[in-house]
Amino acid sequence: MHTPLSDHQYGNHSPVLPPVLDPATDDADITIEDRLAIYRKLQVMRQFEQRAYDLFMKGLVKGTSHLSIGMEAIAAGFGQAMRPDDYTFATYRGHAHTLARGVPMSPVLAELLGRGNGLMGGKGGSMHLTSVKHGMMGSYAIIGAHLAIANGAAFSAQYRGTDQVAVCFFGDGTTNIGAFHEALSYAATFRLPTVFVCENNLYMEYTSIQDVTPVARPAADRASAYGLEARRIDGNDADACYLEARAAFDRARAGEGPSLIEALTYRHGGHSRADLGEYRPQEEVEAWMAHDPIDIYRERLKRLGVDATELEQVDDDVAEQVEQATQEAKDGPEPEPRSAFTEVWADGGSSWRN
Amino acid sequence: MAELNYRHAVAQGIRQEMARDDDVVLIGEDVAGAGGVFKTTGGLLDEFGPRRVIDTPIAEQAILGATMGAAMTGLRPIAEIMFSDFFAVCWDIVANEIAKTRYMTDGQVSLPLVIKTGNGGSLRFGAQHSQSVENWAMMVPGIKVVAPSTPRDMVGLMAAAVRSDDPVLMFEHKGLYASKGEVPDGEVVDELGTAAIRRSGADATIVALALMVPRALEAADQLAEKGIELEVIDLRSLVPLDTQAIIDSVARTGRLFTVEENPRLLGWGAEIASIVAEECFWDLDGPIERITTPHVPLPSAASLEDLVIPSADEIATRVFKSLNS
Repeated sequence: MHTPLSDHQYGNHSPVLPPVLDPATDDADITIEDRLAIYRKLQVMRQFEQRAYDLFMKGLVKGTSHLSIGMEAIAAGFGQAMRPDDYTFATYRGHAHTLARGVPMSPVLAELLGRGNGLMGGKGGSMHLTSVKHGMMGSYAIIGAHLAIANGAAFSAQYRGTDQVAVCFFGDGTTNIGAFHEALSYAATFRLPTVFVCENNLYMEYTSIQDVTPVARPAADRASAYGLEARRIDGNDADACYLEARAAFDRARAGEGPSLIEALTYRHGGHSRADLGEYRPQEEVEAWMAHDPIDIYRERLKRLGVDATELEQVDDDVAEQVEQATQEAKDGPEPEPRSAFTEVWADGGSSWRN
Repeated sequence: MAELNYRHAVAQGIRQEMARDDDVVLIGEDVAGAGGVFKTTGGLLDEFGPRRVIDTPIAEQAILGATMGAAMTGLRPIAEIMFSDFFAVCWDIVANEIAKTRYMTDGQVSLPLVIKTGNGGSLRFGAQHSQSVENWAMMVPGIKVVAPSTPRDMVGLMAAAVRSDDPVLMFEHKGLYASKGEVPDGEVVDELGTAAIRRSGADATIVALALMVPRALEAADQLAEKGIELEVIDLRSLVPLDTQAIIDSVARTGRLFTVEENPRLLGWGAEIASIVAEECFWDLDGPIERITTPHVPLPSAASLEDLVIPSADEIATRVFKSLNS
């Protein structure tokens, strides 16, 4: 009998190497203001998550945490292309997507630390970051659900005639769960302005997606089943992400329905805090580390004539913000004990009886 | 005052709210063109058009996901899950997402939505289309659970559910769809979390829900011929729970019986028995007794289904025996 791992030992599958950078992207129609904003977002995400990791190792962040270090280009590129009133739906790996919408670092970090000044008062945690006023409609920790939920926001936008789009980010592992297929089918049927973005980092949790998926491209190869175009991009090139986002949002706002985009990327680390990612071939890890979203972007900006000192200034600004956010998070109070009993219901309380 | 079928009362409640508020939309399998498999949404497509009354694919996760996403962005959607048994294929959206989102986001997200569903036995549909699953919902913090037993309550509680800023699961009883009752003219709006005393009596309190309410009333009529007067409370809503109505009644009668269509283990009656035992134990003159469907899946054959779901005769017999032991 052929089983998914019949051809090789676990962890010994053939490496999947990053795409080759398209030199033409340098000349794409993207303003230098947008590009500098994207660079800043990349730095915010990277430096924030490095700090979050450090605080984890010091025991200040409890529970678990799923970092997207190495995957920031998708959040930065799509985030930059969004209108302020567009909707983001992210997974439990949602720190970068939250920051991409302009949510300040301090309440996000405080939420990770379980403090009362956290984004949700310490009641959501790392896996549920939400800031409705920034269009960040939530981070969802059960695989697949939020694709269906994003459709509802898209339907609502369509119903209200607002031209908003709902952008839904999810991992490669999501493409094998039922809700993925239900949501794609539903969105395509009703031509909803939902943009589905598969962040294909090649691994679900600890198992290679190619070992347990019947098609080579987990999202793109499913697109035709829903009458959608197969779209696959270099998810480590923020400009490629920005351009793809802009085109998908234009189609959605024009009433042309949903898009399904597969963005190839890679985690620098493991699935979550407890995972070192040792199931990945060394050659693959090294190739992707050399295809880092921030390095790619910095080099491009330099080629486009941006002064290195200007970029260093951005790096330093962000480092300062991270320090300040860390201090504010650490100084934050424990949540009020009574907050455990609030906001179950719309009246603010938790009473289920008289 | 008009006499309406319970099934038409469902549509009447929805119609009243859709006419009042453009943000109310209805989505579900066969709800538009076909008017619902139980004909509870008939006429709504003609009245409100395909933009607001929408047939969906058979995809319960997609339906409830879309409902949630619409509710969090300004609409007040009503979704139908055709048979309540089908909640099992989309329970993630209900129990993990809809129920918890307000809490996890510390109040940033409101979910003013209603999920209506056909619940309960008596149509002989067997183990996967006849269950009473309101207990599944009751045990999840964050969702309101409503189960009307009369056409008037159906209209008024549907209106209250649509107007609630909390998610509400509306359990329509399939065995009541054909029942008739008076519904006042004009707008009817009820209050969630209030029980109704359907019959007053001094000898024992019977707490029932949905189809078990008319059966408890029939049992009360039987026992009245024997000189026993039962007080029958129609809970109408499990969450919020009108515990005060139960406690007050037990204080008057000294005895409590629950009549539940659900299988026995952890049925809502157990919670009520626990509350009464803790809070008005000294008002009790005898043991609390639960009359439930036994802890078995529901059989399909009419004779077997009738055997397991509490009947008026069974209720009368059990109560009589208990009061005279």
